[in-house]
Amino acid sequence: MDLFSCDVLVVGGGGAGLRAAIAVAESHPRLRVAVISKVYPMRSHTVSAEGGAAAVIKAGDSQDAHAYDTISGGDWLCDQDAVEAFVREAPEEMLRLEHWGCPWSREPDGHVAVRPFGGMKVERTWFAADKTGFHMLHTLFQTSLKYDAIQRYDECFVTRLLVDEGRCQGLVAIELATGKVLAIAAGAVILCTGGCGKVFPFTTNANIKNGDGMALAYRAGAPLKDMEFVQYHPTGLPFTGILITEAARSEGGWLLNKDGYRYLQDYDLGKPEPRPVLRSMELGPRDRLSQAFVKEQEKGRTIEGPYGHYVHLDVRHLGEKLIDRKIPFVRELCLKYMNIDPVKEMIPVRPVVHYMMGGISTDIDGATPLAGLYAAGEAACVSINGANRLGSNSLTECLVFGARAGQAAAEGAGQRGEPSPALVAQAQDEQRRIEERFLHGTGGAEKIATLRAEMHQTMEASAGIYRTESTLKEAAGTLEGLQERLPDVALDDHSHTFNTELTAALELSYMLDLAQAIVQSALERRESRGSHQRTDHPGRDDGAFLKHSLAYRSADGRPRVEYLPVKITRWPPGQRVYGR
Amino acid sequence: MPPTVTTVTLDVARYRPEQESEPTVQSYEVPFRKDWVVLDALNYVKDQLDGSLSFRWSCRMGVCGSCGMTVNGQPRLTCAAFLSAEPSGPIRVEPLRYFPVVRDLVVDITDFMRKLKKVKPWIVRNEEKPLAEGEYRQTPDQLDAYKQFSMCINCLLCYSACPIYGLEPSFIGPAAIALAQRYNMDSRDEGARERLQILSEHDGMWQCTFVGECTKACPKHVDPAGAIQQYKLTSAAHWFKTLLPWGMK
Repeated sequence: MDLFSCDVLVVGGGGAGLRAAIAVAESHPRLRVAVISKVYPMRSHTVSAEGGAAAVIKAGDSQDAHAYDTISGGDWLCDQDAVEAFVREAPEEMLRLEHWGCPWSREPDGHVAVRPFGGMKVERTWFAADKTGFHMLHTLFQTSLKYDAIQRYDECFVTRLLVDEGRCQGLVAIELATGKVLAIAAGAVILCTGGCGKVFPFTTNANIKNGDGMALAYRAGAPLKDMEFVQYHPTGLPFTGILITEAARSEGGWLLNKDGYRYLQDYDLGKPEPRPVLRSMELGPRDRLSQAFVKEQEKGRTIEGPYGHYVHLDVRHLGEKLIDRKIPFVRELCLKYMNIDPVKEMIPVRPVVHYMMGGISTDIDGATPLAGLYAAGEAACVSINGANRLGSNSLTECLVFGARAGQAAAEGAGQRGEPSPALVAQAQDEQRRIEERFLHGTGGAEKIATLRAEMHQTMEASAGIYRTESTLKEAAGTLEGLQERLPDVALDDHSHTFNTELTAALELSYMLDLAQAIVQSALERRESRGSHQRTDHPGRDDGAFLKHSLAYRSADGRPRVEYLPVKITRWPPGQRVYGR
Repeated sequence: MPPTVTTVTLDVARYRPEQESEPTVQSYEVPFRKDWVVLDALNYVKDQLDGSLSFRWSCRMGVCGSCGMTVNGQPRLTCAAFLSAEPSGPIRVEPLRYFPVVRDLVVDITDFMRKLKKVKPWIVRNEEKPLAEGEYRQTPDQLDAYKQFSMCINCLLCYSACPIYGLEPSFIGPAAIALAQRYNMDSRDEGARERLQILSEHDGMWQCTFVGECTKACPKHVDPAGAIQQYKLTSAAHWFKTLLPWGMK
């Protein structure tokens, strides 16, 4: 086992992680900051984000308007102090990225251009064509290379946080290339590992999105907040789940049912106009659009395909020129992966798991209740997204709260010495666990793929767009059964060199923990709010549930749910109104 | 799920350094599905047939750059290589050429990561503009000047296609040069001189005969060969000017 130490250790090299690392390097140049990731940073899932990043910059817009859109979009479950900080710091963070070279799309006069987006009353979404996340990630990564203070552990898989005397003091990881176990002591650890869409079978999320950081924090005793809120994006390609960006609709695309009818007009989302209208119809929020799809399917007005029902996204009327200029990636993805040209043909789409509103509970500075442990980005729940995130808020969130967490962690870290004997002992235990459990041939007849598929089916059946008590209860039982079978998983691969079967087994165990937290939190929230719709409890219940759920892992491994009040500053709970 | 029509054989290069000293080939029979790409077939192998096969992948939408391999002799993103587009018969899947193999289909890219940093792929300014003064103006035309070079996903297909890199691993290579050019051409950047110096230290660039294999292999139409050509011209002009009595410093 190799021992290392640093002052601030960032787990994950996506948007939030790199922003956090740069924040440490800039504000505390004497600290040693490290980024550890199971992939090279430019492979991180931020790369797949398409549509844009919201920040108020244009005349006629205001930070209060951005806050109101975010809070109403989140069905009043957002912490409003966090939202206020978010909208206030968003423009500066976006400008900073511009100064670092991000190739933002521009107006003819050279100013940064903005586009409309779902649930936003004013155009405030910055974009780099429809590869915004890709450009932001590469800009951040390339910029991070100029800071010699930032050390990287690429392709190292974190298996455990080291906690001693009530404080997170480092972690244990496997270096994939060699299988060597590393123990890294740190003054502070920031988890920026993204969400866990891979808990579900049909998702826009990349293969790496297994909620590693969420599970690590949960196992170390930190609570997971609002895990029942899972965002379905209304427009994914069937089979692959490849995302067709909301920008396709913000540029004027229509959603049509099997009769060619703009069905959203039947779901209290406004009247169909030829041009896009903000906060209306196709520019409504994602939860409402995905719910409308299910209702439309129940009415028999969707189209049946080999990979489930779908509707059509029609952008043909926008014309080739606009499509190539504003949403070229949509065309590239459709051509390459569906053999469809959206200039001439309609795109088949269906709702697809996209984003976790919930995550590791943090305060406004990214601090978790566990001393020394911080989180930012999708892995965290601050919460600015409440019960439903608005498109283009998450990339900005990575910047604002990545920077905040970096600052706070740097201030809280202090200079770090060598790991204490207690930490080394913990790390040695972990090394032994991995060797004995996985690499020495223990286990039974279970296969990773079988358990994963059963988890997938369970989650889709119980924790999808509409939920109800009986299926959630059944799912909780099924997941416990899967947990019991997990020790019987045996690996074909007992080698140390780049063992991706080992990492898949560890990821499965992370995902099962998170699946349980999602199901239990959904079971206990007996109301419907935002993305969490209970057919047996329709309607929002502010009296009982204007509060965040906090899932703790109890000693027997089951989740225990507690609640925390929502912070309301200036926007008392009201009705969500779209299209009127 | 649509019914499986038939099957196809994948001949996959294996190399497990703890068990064998030389690479071998292992054949797997997988379902042939019209909407499957080579990566889907590899995942079928991993999940159903042989958990010990190692390869990298993530986004499955051609933007993370992880899943580059050699498919039937060509460097490809396996997430975009449809089984149905390959000629009939077994499909050969091998690691990317010219990189050391870590294991099976996983190659060692640390050399590229070092080169990437070497070209200073960040905005270099003589004087930073304070954030309070707002954004740098950049017209759509100025954006277009470098946009294409900014589309590189670091998938390394271009290195794997480059005959010069195959012979001379010290060659800084197509993607790194394209990235240098991406910043050189950015109206916000003032670091072209520094980068030119760095690139001129390596003679690999002059060995590039503009065969253009890199550009052909690029799944994102970055045109690294064009970047190299531009670079050579700038570099030659720079060298020529230094010979003149009023030449540049």
